[in-house]
Amino acid sequence: MGMVVSFWILAAVGIIAALGVVLLRNVFRAALSLILCFLIVAGLYVTLSADFLAAVQILVYVGAISVLIILAIMMTREVAQGSPNSRFQIPAFIVAILFLEVLVLTLINTPWPVSSMPPTAPTTAALANSLFGEGGYLLSVEIAAVLLLSAILGAVVLAREK
Amino acid sequence: MVIGLQHYLILSAILFSIGLYGVLAKRNAVIILMCIELMLNAVNITLVAFSRYVVPAMLTGQVFAIFVIVVAAAEAAVGLAIILAIYRGFEDIDVSKIDLLKW
Repeated sequence: MGMVVSFWILAAVGIIAALGVVLLRNVFRAALSLILCFLIVAGLYVTLSADFLAAVQILVYVGAISVLIILAIMMTREVAQGSPNSRFQIPAFIVAILFLEVLVLTLINTPWPVSSMPPTAPTTAALANSLFGEGGYLLSVEIAAVLLLSAILGAVVLAREK
Repeated sequence: MVIGLQHYLILSAILFSIGLYGVLAKRNAVIILMCIELMLNAVNITLVAFSRYVVPAMLTGQVFAIFVIVVAAAEAAVGLAIILAIYRGFEDIDVSKIDLLKW
């Protein structure tokens, strides 16, 4: 019962926060709304019994990416100009609604092979086993490390004063 | 009423569509980047929901969600650095005015 209530509260607040990102005039308020949406997604991970991912979501998104976004807003002084709509606003709305309709119809009409097993909890050790263990995703972990290093170097080179 | 897989999938479809609308309809480059992050989050909800309801013992979706978070962090860093570099050159980050490559 608590699961159901928490899901509906999280879903309602999350959709309102996501709408705030695209509808709010003030860029800074839109960024704060996005941070609220990140927190809501972390809560959804908790209801999906993905505890490690919820912690990662809060650390990476709420902690790091939102700071980056707010820093970029401060550096570009666009807060006063707001977030104007382009001339594609109405076509974009139509495209988004059509896309949503196709997605929802597909999701409702597909018979998903839902398993009745209880979820794994806690997930941290199991995730570490599948990331670093035998027959796991070790190569992908190494590639992710190289990707992060090159992204840091690229960001430094791009943002440096000439 | 029991919360099932479809509730999470439809919620993430709604979040993804809101992000898609923002990417197509906004002119501020920072807002566009924020909407891309919103879309990546929606995809992550889908991955974790499939992992929870379809293969609860294997956590494959959560592993993929971690990799999506890694790529999203790299994308945010490089994207915001590009926006700062553009702002230094143009004094503006309105994507409809950055049209040097448009003939």
